Amino acid sequence: MHCRIDTRPLDPEALKASLRDVRAGGFVAFEGWVRDHNEGRAVTGLHYEVHERLAVKEGERILQEALGRFEILDAACHHRAGDLALGEIAVWVGVASRHRAAAFEACRYIIDEVKTRLPIWKKEFYVDGDSGWVNCAGCAAGHVHAHR
Amino acid sequence: MKRVSVEYFAVFREQAGLSGEQLETRAASVGELFGECALRHGFADPRERCKVAVNDELAPWETLLADGDQVLFFPPVAGG
Repeated sequence: MHCRIDTRPLDPEALKASLRDVRAGGFVAFEGWVRDHNEGRAVTGLHYEVHERLAVKEGERILQEALGRFEILDAACHHRAGDLALGEIAVWVGVASRHRAAAFEACRYIIDEVKTRLPIWKKEFYVDGDSGWVNCAGCAAGHVHAHR
Repeated sequence: MKRVSVEYFAVFREQAGLSGEQLETRAASVGELFGECALRHGFADPRERCKVAVNDELAPWETLLADGDQVLFFPPVAGG
Protein backbone atom coordinates (compact mmCIF):
# COMPACT_ATOMS: atom_id res chain seq x y z
CA MET A 1 0.00 0.00 0.00
CA HIS A 2 1.50 3.31 -0.96
CA CYS A 3 0.62 6.80 -2.18
CA ARG A 4 3.17 8.97 -3.94
CA ILE A 5 3.38 12.39 -5.55
CA ASP A 6 5.54 12.30 -8.69
CA THR A 7 7.12 15.12 -10.64
CA ARG A 8 8.03 12.85 -13.56
CA PRO A 9 5.79 10.98 -16.02
CA LEU A 10 4.11 7.90 -14.54
CA ASP A 11 5.02 4.48 -15.91
CA PRO A 12 1.87 2.31 -15.63
CA GLU A 13 3.73 -0.97 -16.29
CA ALA A 14 6.18 -0.31 -13.48
CA LEU A 15 3.37 0.77 -11.17
CA LYS A 16 1.39 -2.38 -11.96
CA ALA A 17 4.48 -4.51 -11.27
CA SER A 18 4.62 -3.06 -7.75
CA LEU A 19 1.26 -4.71 -7.02
CA ARG A 20 2.05 -8.17 -8.47
CA ASP A 21 0.92 -10.89 -6.11
CA VAL A 22 0.41 -14.59 -6.90
CA ARG A 23 -2.60 -14.67 -4.57
CA ALA A 24 -4.33 -12.09 -6.82
CA GLY A 25 -6.78 -13.24 -9.48
CA GLY A 26 -7.37 -9.74 -10.80
CA PHE A 27 -5.97 -6.27 -11.13
CA VAL A 28 -7.87 -3.05 -11.86
CA ALA A 29 -6.28 0.31 -12.66
CA PHE A 30 -7.67 3.77 -13.29
CA GLU A 31 -5.67 6.38 -15.17
CA GLY A 32 -6.75 10.01 -15.22
CA TRP A 33 -5.50 11.69 -18.41
CA VAL A 34 -5.05 15.35 -19.26
CA ARG A 35 -7.74 16.11 -21.85
CA ASP A 36 -7.87 18.94 -24.34
CA HIS A 37 -11.06 20.56 -23.05
CA ASN A 38 -12.95 21.30 -19.86
CA GLU A 39 -16.31 23.00 -19.36
CA GLY A 40 -16.41 23.96 -23.02
CA ARG A 41 -12.98 25.57 -23.15
CA ALA A 42 -10.00 24.31 -25.13
CA VAL A 43 -7.19 23.36 -22.75
CA THR A 44 -3.52 23.37 -23.74
CA GLY A 45 -1.98 22.03 -20.52
CA LEU A 46 -2.22 21.79 -16.75
CA HIS A 47 -0.27 22.68 -13.67
CA TYR A 48 -0.83 20.73 -10.44
CA GLU A 49 0.13 22.31 -7.14
CA VAL A 50 0.39 19.74 -4.33
CA HIS A 51 0.99 19.91 -0.60
CA GLU A 52 3.01 16.71 -0.77
CA ARG A 53 3.27 15.75 2.89
CA LEU A 54 -0.44 16.07 3.61
CA ALA A 55 -1.44 14.64 0.22
CA VAL A 56 0.56 11.47 0.87
CA LYS A 57 -0.81 11.22 4.41
CA GLU A 58 -4.43 11.62 3.25
CA GLY A 59 -3.86 9.33 0.26
CA GLU A 60 -2.53 6.55 2.49
CA ARG A 61 -5.51 7.06 4.81
CA ILE A 62 -7.82 6.51 1.80
CA LEU A 63 -5.92 3.37 0.77
CA GLN A 64 -6.18 2.03 4.33
CA GLU A 65 -9.93 2.70 4.24
CA ALA A 66 -10.18 0.75 0.97
CA LEU A 67 -8.18 -2.16 2.43
CA GLY A 68 -10.62 -2.23 5.35
CA ARG A 69 -13.83 -1.96 3.31
CA PHE A 70 -13.14 -4.22 0.34
CA GLU A 71 -11.71 -7.72 -0.05
CA ILE A 72 -8.52 -6.59 -1.75
CA LEU A 73 -4.88 -7.58 -1.35
CA ASP A 74 -3.08 -4.32 -2.12
CA ALA A 75 -3.64 -0.87 -3.59
CA ALA A 76 -1.54 2.09 -4.66
CA CYS A 77 -2.07 5.65 -5.87
CA HIS A 78 0.25 8.03 -7.70
CA HIS A 79 -0.53 11.67 -8.54
CA ARG A 80 1.53 14.03 -10.62
CA ALA A 81 2.69 17.49 -9.55
CA GLY A 82 3.96 20.33 -11.74
CA ASP A 83 3.36 20.97 -15.43
CA LEU A 84 1.59 18.36 -17.56
CA ALA A 85 0.99 18.18 -21.30
CA LEU A 86 -2.17 16.92 -22.99
CA GLY A 87 -2.45 13.14 -22.88
CA GLU A 88 -0.21 12.66 -19.87
CA ILE A 89 -1.32 10.52 -16.93
CA ALA A 90 -2.26 12.86 -14.08
CA VAL A 91 -3.32 10.19 -11.60
CA TRP A 92 -2.98 6.42 -11.39
CA VAL A 93 -4.83 4.07 -9.03
CA GLY A 94 -4.19 0.32 -8.99
CA VAL A 95 -5.83 -2.45 -6.97
CA ALA A 96 -5.03 -6.17 -6.79
CA SER A 97 -7.52 -8.64 -5.36
CA ARG A 98 -8.42 -12.33 -5.29
CA HIS A 99 -11.67 -11.66 -7.18
CA ARG A 100 -12.50 -8.88 -9.64
CA ALA A 101 -15.59 -7.31 -8.04
CA ALA A 102 -13.72 -5.99 -5.02
CA ALA A 103 -10.95 -4.57 -7.18
CA PHE A 104 -13.42 -2.59 -9.32
CA GLU A 105 -15.25 -1.26 -6.26
CA ALA A 106 -12.10 -0.34 -4.37
CA CYS A 107 -10.57 1.39 -7.40
CA ARG A 108 -13.70 3.52 -7.83
CA TYR A 109 -13.73 4.35 -4.13
CA ILE A 110 -10.07 5.38 -4.08
CA ILE A 111 -10.19 7.67 -7.13
CA ASP A 112 -13.41 9.35 -5.95
CA GLU A 113 -11.93 10.06 -2.51
CA VAL A 114 -8.58 11.18 -3.93
CA LYS A 115 -10.27 13.79 -6.10
CA THR A 116 -12.14 15.38 -3.19
CA ARG A 117 -9.76 14.96 -0.24
CA LEU A 118 -6.13 15.38 -1.31
CA PRO A 119 -4.66 18.90 -1.09
CA ILE A 120 -4.06 19.18 -4.83
CA TRP A 121 -5.00 22.13 -7.04
CA LYS A 122 -5.30 22.14 -10.81
CA LYS A 123 -4.59 25.19 -12.93
CA GLU A 124 -5.75 24.96 -16.53
CA PHE A 125 -4.18 26.86 -19.39
CA TYR A 126 -6.47 27.74 -22.27
CA VAL A 127 -5.95 28.26 -25.99
CA ASP A 128 -6.77 31.97 -25.66
CA GLY A 129 -3.86 32.47 -23.23
CA ASP A 130 -6.09 32.67 -20.17
CA SER A 131 -5.66 30.34 -17.20
CA GLY A 132 -7.64 29.43 -14.10
CA TRP A 133 -7.75 27.27 -10.99
CA VAL A 134 -10.38 24.57 -11.39
CA ASN A 135 -13.23 24.58 -8.84
CA CYS A 136 -12.45 27.98 -7.30
CA ALA A 137 -14.96 30.81 -7.16
CA GLY A 138 -14.43 33.64 -9.63
CA CYS A 139 -11.49 32.01 -11.40
CA ALA A 140 -11.05 32.11 -15.14
CA ALA A 141 -12.85 28.79 -15.47
CA GLY A 142 -15.67 30.38 -13.48
CA HIS A 143 -17.18 27.14 -12.27
CA VAL A 144 -17.83 26.50 -8.62
CA HIS A 145 -19.58 23.15 -8.85
CA ALA A 146 -17.78 19.88 -8.27
CA HIS A 147 -16.33 18.26 -11.37
CA ARG A 148 -17.12 14.62 -12.02
CA MET B 1 -3.63 38.03 21.41
CA LYS B 2 -2.25 34.89 19.79
CA ARG B 3 0.68 34.82 17.40
CA VAL B 4 0.18 32.32 14.60
CA SER B 5 1.67 31.62 11.19
CA VAL B 6 -0.57 31.20 8.17
CA GLU B 7 0.19 29.73 4.75
CA TYR B 8 -1.85 30.13 1.59
CA PHE B 9 -2.02 27.78 -1.39
CA ALA B 10 -2.98 27.96 -5.06
CA VAL B 11 -5.66 30.62 -5.70
CA PHE B 12 -5.43 31.88 -2.11
CA ARG B 13 -1.70 32.53 -2.52
CA GLU B 14 -2.38 34.41 -5.75
CA GLN B 15 -5.25 36.45 -4.28
CA ALA B 16 -3.26 37.32 -1.11
CA GLY B 17 -0.14 38.04 -3.15
CA LEU B 18 1.92 36.14 -0.58
CA SER B 19 2.52 32.53 0.41
CA GLY B 20 2.31 33.11 4.13
CA GLU B 21 2.38 35.59 6.98
CA GLN B 22 2.75 35.90 10.75
CA LEU B 23 -0.41 37.23 12.37
CA GLU B 24 -1.59 38.44 15.74
CA THR B 25 -5.22 37.56 16.20
CA ARG B 26 -8.07 37.40 18.70
CA ALA B 27 -9.79 34.67 16.65
CA ALA B 28 -10.92 31.80 18.88
CA SER B 29 -11.06 29.12 16.18
CA VAL B 30 -9.27 28.45 12.89
CA GLY B 31 -12.61 29.12 11.20
CA GLU B 32 -12.71 32.62 12.66
CA LEU B 33 -9.13 33.19 11.60
CA PHE B 34 -10.07 32.12 8.07
CA GLY B 35 -12.89 34.68 8.10
CA GLU B 36 -10.42 37.44 9.03
CA CYS B 37 -7.95 36.42 6.32
CA ALA B 38 -10.66 35.95 3.68
CA LEU B 39 -12.00 39.45 4.33
CA ARG B 40 -8.56 41.06 4.23
CA HIS B 41 -7.38 39.27 1.08
CA GLY B 42 -10.70 38.98 -0.76
CA PHE B 43 -10.96 35.18 -0.86
CA ALA B 44 -14.18 34.38 -2.70
CA ASP B 45 -14.52 30.68 -1.92
CA PRO B 46 -16.96 29.82 0.88
CA ARG B 47 -15.39 28.12 3.87
CA GLU B 48 -17.48 24.97 3.39
CA ARG B 49 -15.62 24.25 0.15
CA CYS B 50 -12.17 24.87 1.63
CA LYS B 51 -9.97 22.93 4.05
CA VAL B 52 -7.62 23.83 6.87
CA ALA B 53 -4.62 22.06 8.34
CA VAL B 54 -3.32 22.89 11.79
CA ASN B 55 0.21 21.85 12.73
CA ASP B 56 0.44 19.43 9.81
CA GLU B 57 -2.96 17.72 10.23
CA LEU B 58 -6.22 18.40 8.40
CA ALA B 59 -8.56 19.82 11.04
CA PRO B 60 -12.21 20.87 11.50
CA TRP B 61 -13.02 24.59 11.27
CA GLU B 62 -14.09 24.60 14.95
CA THR B 63 -10.54 23.73 16.08
CA LEU B 64 -9.49 26.20 18.77
CA LEU B 65 -6.57 28.37 17.85
CA ALA B 66 -3.51 28.28 20.12
CA ASP B 67 -0.51 30.55 20.35
CA GLY B 68 2.20 29.38 17.96
CA ASP B 69 -0.12 27.35 15.70
CA GLN B 70 0.85 26.83 12.08
CA VAL B 71 -2.29 27.12 9.98
CA LEU B 72 -2.56 26.14 6.29
CA PHE B 73 -5.55 27.40 4.28
CA PHE B 74 -6.48 25.22 1.30
CA PRO B 75 -8.88 26.48 -1.40
CA PRO B 76 -11.26 23.97 -3.06
CA VAL B 77 -9.19 21.00 -4.18
CA ALA B 78 -9.13 19.63 -7.71
CA GLY B 79 -7.04 16.51 -7.93
CA GLY B 80 -7.30 13.88 -10.65
